Amino acid sequence: MSNKMHIKLKVNGKDEEFLADPRELLIYTLRERLNITGPHIGCETSHCGACTVTIDGKSVKACTMFVAQASGKEITTIEGIGGPDDLHPLQTAFKEHHGLQCGYCTPGMITRAAKLLEENPNPTEEEIRFGMAGNICRCTGYQNIIKSIQAAAAEMNAAKEAAE
Amino acid sequence: MIPAAFEYHRPQDMAEVLAVLEEHGDEARVMAGGHSLIPMMKLRMADVPHLIDLQDVGGLSNIDIGDDSIRIGAMVTQAAIIDHEGLGAVAPILREAALQIADPQVRYMGTVGGNVANGDPGNDMPGLMQCLDATFTVVGPEGERDIPAREFYEAAYMTAREDDEVLTSVTIPLPRGGYAYEKQKRKIGDYATAAAAVQIENDGGTCASVAIAMTNLSDTPVYSEAAGAALVGTSVDDVAIKAAVAAMLGDIDPTEDNRGPVAFKKHVAGVILRRAIERAWSRA
Repeated sequence: MSNKMHIKLKVNGKDEEFLADPRELLIYTLRERLNITGPHIGCETSHCGACTVTIDGKSVKACTMFVAQASGKEITTIEGIGGPDDLHPLQTAFKEHHGLQCGYCTPGMITRAAKLLEENPNPTEEEIRFGMAGNICRCTGYQNIIKSIQAAAAEMNAAKEAAE
Repeated sequence: MIPAAFEYHRPQDMAEVLAVLEEHGDEARVMAGGHSLIPMMKLRMADVPHLIDLQDVGGLSNIDIGDDSIRIGAMVTQAAIIDHEGLGAVAPILREAALQIADPQVRYMGTVGGNVANGDPGNDMPGLMQCLDATFTVVGPEGERDIPAREFYEAAYMTAREDDEVLTSVTIPLPRGGYAYEKQKRKIGDYATAAAAVQIENDGGTCASVAIAMTNLSDTPVYSEAAGAALVGTSVDDVAIKAAVAAMLGDIDPTEDNRGPVAFKKHVAGVILRRAIERAWSRA
């Protein structure tokens, strides 16, 4: 019954245009249509945050947004935060502080953490735990994720000071 | 996970929203942040052949603080409530409650209007708005009308808003005195096992006025006039708080679910209300 819609997105700096069913969930657009498979699907009730991306400056669970809603917006996924040759300080810190094991929550975790540190560059441990509460991890017990985010914050703040 | 197909509408103004609603009747539904509706559509528990996305409709995202009231547009997000400095100063209970709703990602998207219009007794803002004696403004084919929050909720998912009406704003008289939103939940993002909103005025050690509402302890939020009446004129001592809790227990009607049996929920409701009264009073 539904007509395909003309959708325009900017994903990791690249313009994308295509026809899609309005009901297509953004997470499927990213993964299956655009082959951006870093964001994952861990649930169907909007709890786990494995699909977290940044949309127009907000951390959003891409499983809870229709592609029709997202049309016209700018999206950043883990692939846009940093790649193997240009790791973001958060990616380096997750590696060095063992902030991941299976790696399934990690793209959502790091994407969310990047936004958290943008809003609050010096978070306390409590603020990190609360600020990351929309992201579930099965492996780490969170402890090393907190350490990773703290280390990245310190690194990013030092780099900012050095640049000033 | 996979919602049924629908026609998508993204109107630019309210007249267009109302026109789509009129054309498609109960086949059409407005969507704000989408963080209750989309999950229901993914489970095929909500059937929405025509989805009306409100994101481009102007004038729904303002927070206006006046001399005696606050007007919050229906599309104001929970994140905006938390970040708004002026609001934190004049009505801190809103921020305290919003921080207990969902998680960061959901709060960037979920709106005040969606929270109060949804009609799920699990939502926190309905009880909060009853406590604050808020008024909801809805607009429909006949124009605008105001509905007091205390008269808005009829049953689970049943409210005084008609199908062809859209909730556009929430107006709150400037709250006075001490406040608390106390919520017992199993984990972050959970709806309350029991929650209580309290706004209380202290006049020289005596409770001059108080409003008390409870969340997720009936098929609607519960504004407990009797609980308030038990506190007014007292020094909010242990005896008065016990009387308020007893009165509140007479007004709620919880049902058993995986948050616990009825007896447990009543017990938790009493604990939570006591904490909320004590904290609000300490701030009054």
